[in-house]
Amino acid sequence: MSTGYRIVKKEVYSSVTYMWEVEAPDVARAAQPGHFLMVRINEEGERIPLTVADFDRQRGTVTVVIQAVGKSTREMMALAEGDSILDFIGPLGEASHIQKRSKVILVGGGLGVAPVYPQLRAYKELGSTTLSIIGFRTKALVFWEEKFRAQSDELHIATDDGSYGHKGFVSQVLQMLLERHRDTEEVVAIGPLPMMRVCCDVSHPFGVRTMVSLNSIMVDGTGMCGSCRVTVGGKLKFACVDGPDFDGHQVDFDELMRRQRRFQREEQESLQQYEEECRLLGRTA
Amino acid sequence: MTTVKTIHTIPTGRTPMPEQAPQVRATNFEEVALGYTLPEALREADRCLECKKPRCIAGCPVGIDIPGFIRAIAQQDMRRAYEILRQDNPLPGVCGRVCPQESQCEVRCIVGIKAEPVCIGRLERFAADYAMAHFEAETPSMAPAGKKAAIIGSGPAGIACAADLARAGVDVTIFEALHMAGGVLKYGIPEFRLPKSIVDREIALLKQMGVTIELNTVIGKLFTIPQLMQEKGFDAVFVGTGAGFPKFQGIPGENLNGVFSANEFLTRVNLMRGFRHPEYDTPVGMGRQVAVIGAGNTAMDCARCALRMGAEAVTVVYRRTQKESPARAEELHHAMQEGIQFQWLTNPVQILGNADGWVSGMECIRMALGEPDASGRRAPVEQPGTNFVIPVDTVIYALGTRANPIIAKSTPGLKTNQWGYIELDEQTGMTSLPGVFAGGDIVTGSATVILALGAGRRAATGMLQYLGLRPAEASAEARAAKTGA
Ligand SMILES: Cc1cc2nc3c(=O)[nH]c(=O)nc-3n(C[C@H](O)[C@H](O)[C@H](O)COP(=O)(O)OP(=O)(O)OC[C@H]3O[C@@H](n4cnc5c(N)ncnc54)[C@H](O)[C@@H]3O)c2cc1C
Ligand SMILES: Cc1cc2nc3c(=O)[nH]c(=O)nc-3n(C[C@H](O)[C@H](O)[C@H](O)COP(=O)(O)OP(=O)(O)OC[C@H]3O[C@@H](n4cnc5c(N)ncnc54)[C@H](O)[C@@H]3O)c2cc1C
Ligand code: SF4
Ligand code: SF4
Ligand code: FES
Repeated sequence: MSTGYRIVKKEVYSSVTYMWEVEAPDVARAAQPGHFLMVRINEEGERIPLTVADFDRQRGTVTVVIQAVGKSTREMMALAEGDSILDFIGPLGEASHIQKRSKVILVGGGLGVAPVYPQLRAYKELGSTTLSIIGFRTKALVFWEEKFRAQSDELHIATDDGSYGHKGFVSQVLQMLLERHRDTEEVVAIGPLPMMRVCCDVSHPFGVRTMVSLNSIMVDGTGMCGSCRVTVGGKLKFACVDGPDFDGHQVDFDELMRRQRRFQREEQESLQQYEEECRLLGRTA
Repeated sequence: MTTVKTIHTIPTGRTPMPEQAPQVRATNFEEVALGYTLPEALREADRCLECKKPRCIAGCPVGIDIPGFIRAIAQQDMRRAYEILRQDNPLPGVCGRVCPQESQCEVRCIVGIKAEPVCIGRLERFAADYAMAHFEAETPSMAPAGKKAAIIGSGPAGIACAADLARAGVDVTIFEALHMAGGVLKYGIPEFRLPKSIVDREIALLKQMGVTIELNTVIGKLFTIPQLMQEKGFDAVFVGTGAGFPKFQGIPGENLNGVFSANEFLTRVNLMRGFRHPEYDTPVGMGRQVAVIGAGNTAMDCARCALRMGAEAVTVVYRRTQKESPARAEELHHAMQEGIQFQWLTNPVQILGNADGWVSGMECIRMALGEPDASGRRAPVEQPGTNFVIPVDTVIYALGTRANPIIAKSTPGLKTNQWGYIELDEQTGMTSLPGVFAGGDIVTGSATVILALGAGRRAATGMLQYLGLRPAEASAEARAAKTGA
């Protein structure tokens, strides 16, 4: 499919967060909650892993929510509705093993809110009681509140600065809910690594299984390179084929957080160069 | 034949290959070996005795009519030389460059008994390059046979299988997981050894023959094999997915920052064009002092890529001796010329890290070759008390690969062996599933390009039989040509 994949809809949630709905009927047909994609926008581009945030089999589209953190994700933010991207590869990874639970808590931190959504919907469809916690740094960054409310028996919103909902971190709300709902059978936590780690620390004493989605650095996303390797339960795992969902109580977060910094120098250089180019071209980066 | 050549009338020495000087090439990604000129090729072709009972052919896994194509070169009929090659090998330009000739065709050459063997690989490359530069490729248009075949993986096995099926009129679609076709030829073997344009041309030829290539399609994820056969109407499937799942050793420190699998390193450099970072976005993340573990072709490719990426020192560490190294002789030789250092009879015991979690060194132990084991190979044994540390900041694992689990996991009933490689029925070449064939590294484990090609062709024969079709006429002609018509 050399013609690429069209962005049929784009929504901007904040100065750094945006949503694409991409036309990819085959991917939409095969996608399940927990899957991810590899996306490359042009010939010079990196392969960027993104989680499936939603899919619509009738429309033949897949939704991703992206946070602009570095060169590639900023460059992607500059694309408009109607533009096409070169590669949109997936679905990859193991789908989440979602089984009926009487009660689940779903925690999304920042951008992690998007990939939690299809799991929330799947649990709801199975008839589980769903308690959702979504957290953001500040009110301006909040997105998908209504989408979550529609599928949740309880929805809690937290902001770091208290500008909306609970003041504080999602992990504090998780602590509260676990105390209140002793019959919780599973926690799903997706977001930045430190947030997932704290959620695991919080749920551990309660003995509630806690699934996390690991965003280790990937190249191919098909098990070929080992860039994404993580240690889970003392064993070597490839996040792209064995995961990205893992039992968070088994994950070696220290190692993973260290491995996330492997390309810091190059990433900085790329970003600076990109900002410089944008400045010269009179565009905002 | 007009003149009677004997071992005494031909030049004893091989015609040297023109090459970039080691100091120059160590800083660029251009091809190392430049290829014969016409006079050089003619001189080398003249060294072939055109044996009545050529020993060389038996050394070639696909049985190329070697004296035939060399005679055509000598007669300056390059079109015919190329045609003879293409009859048995859809990728002569690739194999002429990367086959381990010294252990396949050339080791059997009769001239090699008294003098140096004929440079069969270099002549094969010459004929292919000449054809590429001078002739329009001819692609026979076949009457459609009314059958559809799916090929999974666009490496040499898949390419060879697709070519044979297309020639017999089968409607062929190749599904490739990556954004680029060619398999290891593209993502693994570097530009300076196998320019990507060579592979691209071969793939363009396939397309001209009517083969469809669907990139970005991970079979087992986007579609499963049962879906291909039941929903998409494919009558037969060939699995040529290679063995691209990297192995580690299980020693302490393997997950430190600065430790790569060969596949990660080579993919960042080759497939993602990291050697042109930041013009291309993918970073490589290599340090300055590099150790490569292993001594096969993959290890040589990593070591030489690292050098070209600006490493100050590159050391190859291998637990056996140079003699046991599985790399092509030419690659070892080139690596040494370029200044790669070798620590033979040496094995890593742990990778050391600094406080920030980056590699700071690799502790190794010396080995000695012990008594031959059941297989007759002398196993390396550790020499206690010989530990030492190599100061490095980057470690690359080139210890081979395993079978990728995606296809096996998503295909109920597909039989694999204990290592995850697909099992074939010896009679039919078919897997445990009717209509599903396999070949190449996913059946044998990591092997060679030409073995994968051969396996792809054998599978095509089996598939045609399964589909009730006859192989293309071209191969009948080839048989005739070979028997000396
Ligand atoms: C399975 C998976 C799912 C993901 N889902 C999403 C998502 O839905 N939305 C979203 O915005 N982001 C997601 N990410 C993270 C996203 O891929 C990175 O933010 C992106 O690659 C950064 O690229 P960059 O060039 O913009 O930034 P860079 O400056 O290159 O990197 C910024 C940071 O992103 C991380 N990163 C860089 N390259 C990669 C890479 N190739 N793979 C993974 N992480 C990398 C590193 O921690 C790095 O420090 C996911 C990652 C994984 C592995
Ligand atoms: C670095 C390196 C150097 C080498 N050097 C030499 C050499 O000098 N000489 C030599 O003879 N041999 C060499 N080899 C070995 C040789 O390249 C392999 O034996 C050969 O490429 C195997 O061919 P294949 O077709 O079986 O698989 P591959 O070439 O591995 O191709 C398999 C293809 O299938 C695709 N694929 C995998 N899974 C799926 C899926 N689920 N769906 C769709 N597509 C999929 C892969 O992306 C890949 O493109 C080298 C290997 C490496 C790694
Ligand atoms: S394909 Fe390889 S083994 Fe066969 S003749 Fe050519 S170089 Fe030799
Ligand atoms: S064995 Fe050597 S000399 Fe004889 S045909 Fe083959 S290449 Fe020529
Ligand atoms: S990203 Fe390459 S193996 Fe997982």
